[in-house]
Amino acid sequence: MYAWIFRNLPGPMWLRIIESLILIAAVVLLLMMYVFPWLNEYISPFTDSTIGQSTQ
Amino acid sequence: MNRAATATGRRATRPRQSVGSRIAGFFGELLITLGIVLMLYVAWELWWTNIDSAQAQQEVTNNLVQNLGEVVIPEVKDDGKDYGPAPVSEFGSGETFGIMYFPTWGSNGTYHPVTNGVGDDVINNLGIGHYPNTQQPGEKGNFAVAAHRQTHGQVFWDIDKLHEGDKIYLQTKDGYYTYTWSKTEIVNPSVGEVLLPVPHEWGAEPTDSILTMTTCHPKYTTRQRMIAYSELTDWRPLDAGPPLAIRDLVAKATS
Repeated sequence: MYAWIFRNLPGPMWLRIIESLILIAAVVLLLMMYVFPWLNEYISPFTDSTIGQSTQ
Repeated sequence: MNRAATATGRRATRPRQSVGSRIAGFFGELLITLGIVLMLYVAWELWWTNIDSAQAQQEVTNNLVQNLGEVVIPEVKDDGKDYGPAPVSEFGSGETFGIMYFPTWGSNGTYHPVTNGVGDDVINNLGIGHYPNTQQPGEKGNFAVAAHRQTHGQVFWDIDKLHEGDKIYLQTKDGYYTYTWSKTEIVNPSVGEVLLPVPHEWGAEPTDSILTMTTCHPKYTTRQRMIAYSELTDWRPLDAGPPLAIRDLVAKATS
């Protein structure tokens, strides 16, 4: 999968390395800003601090 | 992985992988990705949420400070005057109504905004949340609040470091409420009785005003709750200026 993506990036080797770094950064940012806040409503291992309210 | 390919040349001569090994390779990469994403999620919880929360708390604190009007910071001396019983502070649902000061926490003391409500929208971003079905500050009974311990601003991180005589201050539009820590207990998450007007006593008539703070315990788990109780011991109107112990913190929060 990743090898296939890397092979199909345009440009010479050095450009493809830069491109993949940008791709990785974009994916991480997307996770941090949108996916994890959404996921946090369902799975939150450390964030339950209220009491006596079953859903909190 | 592809030693044959490097031996005979470059990409063009890569040997064909069998379908089975390609499928296995694909799932292997998927599993590695999942592992990395899970680690990133933990990093997000423990680190990123603190940055988000600090920003949001700063914003609501600034809004509140504007509504409070000009905050008087008098000369260094505490007049020690008794201003009589504290009035009951009233506020609406979802309203950020106060700032809580913890002069004994951290290296120089900390403060956080207090908002009415304990939903995720409040305590994940806005610092401290007030349980809406408990009493108001100044009212006889239990003014109960919740905040996160290890994520989303680490608001009550130092809750286990409260000692005899430590004070917690609440600033609202009705003045400065001084609470003195009395005791701390650790209970299971279902023990809602700590929020009663007189904690653990169903139907008891309250004679004191107390502050109850609830948060996670032990750190980095949600197995139990740490509950810290404090008693309302003093009150000053806003125009009398903040108590001496939080003078610098108030100046910092309201500047």
